[in-house]
Amino acid sequence: MIDLAALTIKSAREALKKGEFTSVDLTKACIEAIKEKDGDIHAFLEVFDDALGQAEEADKKIKAGVDLPLLGIPFALKDNITVAGHRASASSKILEGFVSPTSSTAVSKLFEAGAVILGRTNCDEFAMGASTENSAFGPTMNPRDLSRVPGGSSGGSAAAVAGDMVLVSLGSDTGGSIRQPAAFCGVVGFKPTYGRVSRSGLIAMASSLDQIGPFTKTVEDAETVYDVLRGKDPMDSTTIDDSTHAAGKEFNKTIGVPRAFFAGEGVSQAVKDNLDEAIQKFISLGYTVKDIELPNIAYALSVYYILVPAEVSSNTGRFDGVKFGLHADGKDGIEDYFKTRGAGFGKEVRRRIILGTYVLSSGYYDAYYGSALKVKDLITAELREAFKEVDLILTPTTPTPAFKFGEKSSPLDMYLADIFTVPANITGAPSLSVPNGSVSIEGKDLPLGILMTADLGREDNLFRAGKDFSGE
Amino acid sequence: MNREEVLKLSTLVRIEISDSEAENLAKEFDSILGYVGEVKKAHAKAGSDKEKPALRNVMREDTNPHESGIYTEAILKEAPAREGDYIKVKKILG
Repeated sequence: MIDLAALTIKSAREALKKGEFTSVDLTKACIEAIKEKDGDIHAFLEVFDDALGQAEEADKKIKAGVDLPLLGIPFALKDNITVAGHRASASSKILEGFVSPTSSTAVSKLFEAGAVILGRTNCDEFAMGASTENSAFGPTMNPRDLSRVPGGSSGGSAAAVAGDMVLVSLGSDTGGSIRQPAAFCGVVGFKPTYGRVSRSGLIAMASSLDQIGPFTKTVEDAETVYDVLRGKDPMDSTTIDDSTHAAGKEFNKTIGVPRAFFAGEGVSQAVKDNLDEAIQKFISLGYTVKDIELPNIAYALSVYYILVPAEVSSNTGRFDGVKFGLHADGKDGIEDYFKTRGAGFGKEVRRRIILGTYVLSSGYYDAYYGSALKVKDLITAELREAFKEVDLILTPTTPTPAFKFGEKSSPLDMYLADIFTVPANITGAPSLSVPNGSVSIEGKDLPLGILMTADLGREDNLFRAGKDFSGE
Repeated sequence: MNREEVLKLSTLVRIEISDSEAENLAKEFDSILGYVGEVKKAHAKAGSDKEKPALRNVMREDTNPHESGIYTEAILKEAPAREGDYIKVKKILG
């Protein structure tokens, strides 16, 4: 019997190469674990019926001596990443019955690297949320405490890894949707520099911010997946190559801490203490830690919640009940639109579409959207200036450990869960959440994460510091 | 914001919502806009409005079209209603 809890991509690849088990064995172990545990956790929306067939193909290659970075490794995918011939719904009713005619570039690259695509995981509808409570198919439970959320929006992908049902999964991160659930579930979550991973075939939320990235158990595994996924893609014109961002300063183990950013009362004492421990650990590892000022970073969340609804209102225009997905019938063509979009979109999606239309309307455009774009540039300039002095900026990943279902009663309360993760998205910077112990609440150990953010194109700094910190 | 404004916006985006949802959304929008409206303070500190934003559109060359019809079936298969090789919709002009 394969012990999934004890495996990483790296150790599983070694075992596959040595013939200790086959990809079919590993894939079966994942499917068994899902059968056994996922009734309680609800990380998966579907296990693909061709997964074992893919594993058989991988085993043939392994037997023939083929060596690929992910050969035979089962992957779970967030339900907004398309695979040809399979359903993808972005956890929304409006994509009812939709079977993707094409594969996303990310999935094509996983296939080329030998991965087995096991199934799709639950998320907040169209990736809008921080808890999976906005999924049209019900929430995912946090494997560390079933009464709490796994975070979101990629909560199913985080729970699939944390619940030892799979070794690795993909999510998408628009404002923290990989890193926040990674912290809540106690796994590694990574968002690459904007443009490093193609979004072709990712169901879009806010296109100026969306990035695909992995959930793994180790920083090294995250790097392995990133090396497979990254690269310029003619199908996504925002993709960039290695040379786009100048290399900048040499890595010399210097970390900047913007203390004022997380000194507020919305941040739990356990989180503040946890970050102090992390700082001490970095110092003991020979890092220099210094305080830095980022005077406008606190505006990042405001910028985010203007840009996102604006882009959502535009990106969701394609869901009309005509070309694909749900169709609800009205008395004429225009009423079909109203009925389809009213019935197909959930509450948070409707909220963002309508709000986005407001902030883009001619009378308010300058006040909201125009200002947000300006302040986005201001924050980006400020952050990049800081990276002339430091290699990394360190904050907690989340202001609190995982919260309970129903605890965030207003949309604004829920939005504040993203406060530390959003700056990396609006500046385009790469960012990595690494587990750092836990806090005991009501008899359960709730994981906490620390968040490292590097200059654009400097994923290498994140991986170095992340491995040092995690003792890899 | 009030209920009528929300209903007007929901008409613009072709989403059917109830009066009570519009009422709730109006309150929520006031609270969200109050928070995000803080950017105006930071904007005052930002540089000249004439600066170009860092993001820009990238267009691909309109060349190398694929062979006509090779994706037709795959795309039409997803349409809620079809007639022959067309997507079917209701009559638009009365």
